[in-house]
Amino acid sequence: MNNAPKPYGIIAEFRTAADILHAAEKVRDAGYQKWDVFTPFPVHGMDRAMGLKNSKVGWFAFLGGVAGYTTGMLMIWFMNALDYPLVVGGKPMFSPFYAFPPSYELTILFGAFGSLFGMLFLNRLPRLYHPLLKNRRFALVTHDRFFLVIECADPKYSEAQARKLLEEAGSRHIEMVED
Amino acid sequence: MAARATPLTIPEPPAELQRPLLVDNYRSFGWISNRVCSLTEGKAPVWWWVLFIPSVLALGMLLFMLGYQISTGVGVWGNMHPVMWGWDIINFVWWIGIGHAGTLISAILFLLRQRWRTAVNRAAEAMTIFAVMCAGIYPALHVGRVWYDWWLFPIPNSNSIWPQFRSPLMWDVFAVSTYFTVSVLFWYMGLIPDLAVMRDRARTRIRQFAYGLFALGWTGSNRHWSNYEKAYLILAGLSTPLVLSVHSIVSLDFAVSQVPGWHTTIFPPYFVAGAIFSGFGMVLTLLIPLRSIFKLEDIITLRHIDVMCKVTLATGSIVGYAYGMEFFIAWYSGSPYERFAFINRALGPYWWGYWTMIVCNVVVPQLFWFKSLRRNLVVVFIISILVNIGMWFERFVIIVISLHRDFVPANWGYYSPSWVDICTYVGTFGLFFTLFLLFIRFLPMIAISEVKGVTPQSDPHHPLGGAKIKEMALHE
Repeated sequence: MNNAPKPYGIIAEFRTAADILHAAEKVRDAGYQKWDVFTPFPVHGMDRAMGLKNSKVGWFAFLGGVAGYTTGMLMIWFMNALDYPLVVGGKPMFSPFYAFPPSYELTILFGAFGSLFGMLFLNRLPRLYHPLLKNRRFALVTHDRFFLVIECADPKYSEAQARKLLEEAGSRHIEMVED
Repeated sequence: MAARATPLTIPEPPAELQRPLLVDNYRSFGWISNRVCSLTEGKAPVWWWVLFIPSVLALGMLLFMLGYQISTGVGVWGNMHPVMWGWDIINFVWWIGIGHAGTLISAILFLLRQRWRTAVNRAAEAMTIFAVMCAGIYPALHVGRVWYDWWLFPIPNSNSIWPQFRSPLMWDVFAVSTYFTVSVLFWYMGLIPDLAVMRDRARTRIRQFAYGLFALGWTGSNRHWSNYEKAYLILAGLSTPLVLSVHSIVSLDFAVSQVPGWHTTIFPPYFVAGAIFSGFGMVLTLLIPLRSIFKLEDIITLRHIDVMCKVTLATGSIVGYAYGMEFFIAWYSGSPYERFAFINRALGPYWWGYWTMIVCNVVVPQLFWFKSLRRNLVVVFIISILVNIGMWFERFVIIVISLHRDFVPANWGYYSPSWVDICTYVGTFGLFFTLFLLFIRFLPMIAISEVKGVTPQSDPHHPLGGAKIKEMALHE
């Protein structure tokens, strides 16, 4: 059995937001697919520099909201008009007007769950193990450094070419990360 | 035509038109992490214990008072016919109103792209959550038989009866529990990248494990940031109608009834403005000492204080307008009961409550028209406390003064709180400050990654965003 660590990818360190943005544009134009940028805060314009599409979180929130409103209306109708109708103050057994405030709150509640858990699902989080988290320098990603990683799994990946590209992009520190 | 050949240069805007920095003194990214995290690292300072121990004692008193009230009955409170809603509901509305500033800062100011909010939103959101916890105690306890509280929720019970959704009190159950849940979700989501900061700095095994677990393996990947920012925007979009609805629904608990002084359509907007007013008062009360003790003056700058004072002034003026409009409508409606209720507010047996409210909420905040006073921390601190005293009296005026003079003079009475009422209220401060002190001790009270994102060097298109960190001498 082969116990030698497999390489995960090549990691390049950058010092400023502008450097990492321009490096990302170069890597995008070189046609890589499995690569990513790691920053201490969301860098303005990075989604475009990486060629990312609009996030799909909105769909999760939307479905959550629709589910919440429907749940509220159906629940109140079932409870106050179908299962145990009770006359209170001569008001109708069911009216969308009095059912609206709780349904409105449930829309927001389910929509909020949809957006948080949708975000976590799309990001495949929680993921407590990640090859990059073992890398010593990478711990600075939450402090003040910017990293660009090209994975070995990328179809276009070749170590020499990737290293050359990242050097040309201005990285002063490039190393390999093991899986 | 020759002029076309010269390269186009974009002149720098003149100094007076440039936006002031949100983080003073050109602080570097590393400085922000170090300064904010240092508050949670090392031994707890003496002042922290000096505040924490009395808070825990007060929390113990709260638990004792709740135990006493549950085991004996609501008779231990001062609530007595005709004033059946006393300090319990006053304190419920007061605490939940305080929470509203946190959500306003985190959600509405985010949608309005007020980037200064990043310095204060984390602490304000924590304040929201703890204030809603204090608020939630009261409605749960004032029902009398606490062990039947679960009848408020749509859970099948042995009587086969369901909650009665035609009552605004049921709307309130959904509004407050949704408000609490969504505030926690929003707060936690904002914390995820900062918990990763704490994880990467942690030196002890326990800290590495705890922060690592709750950071969920956050790496700062831009593919993650992309989804994260979208989710944050959506949560802000959902919290905005939420914060406006919660206090509107709280106000409907009153406005849907027939009691003179409660039965008005102005209540929802007036309650929301008052809630934001009192919440900003509490944010200022908490942050003015904290920024000095923790030396956060470069992050929470005088400009931040100034802007929050302006919000306080604006909402305080809206509240003052609402007080005036209530009087106008009482006269204009022609209803003798309404007229009596409002004259009785200002001149009746509780005149002192009404005039305390007017002085604290309407008169005192007008001092914020002066820039020199908005930037005088002592003055702002004192006014921020007066605002909360005034807002407490507003709820006193609305609840007690409206109830103590009913339609029939035979029902009239005079309400005074009991010692249990007072000790329970003091105890909720114990709960609030215990939680808040634990929060500033163990979690970053400034949103680190968001503050990094509003520095000039974070913008890749800004001159400082380029490779000039050394040259521009960012201050460590």
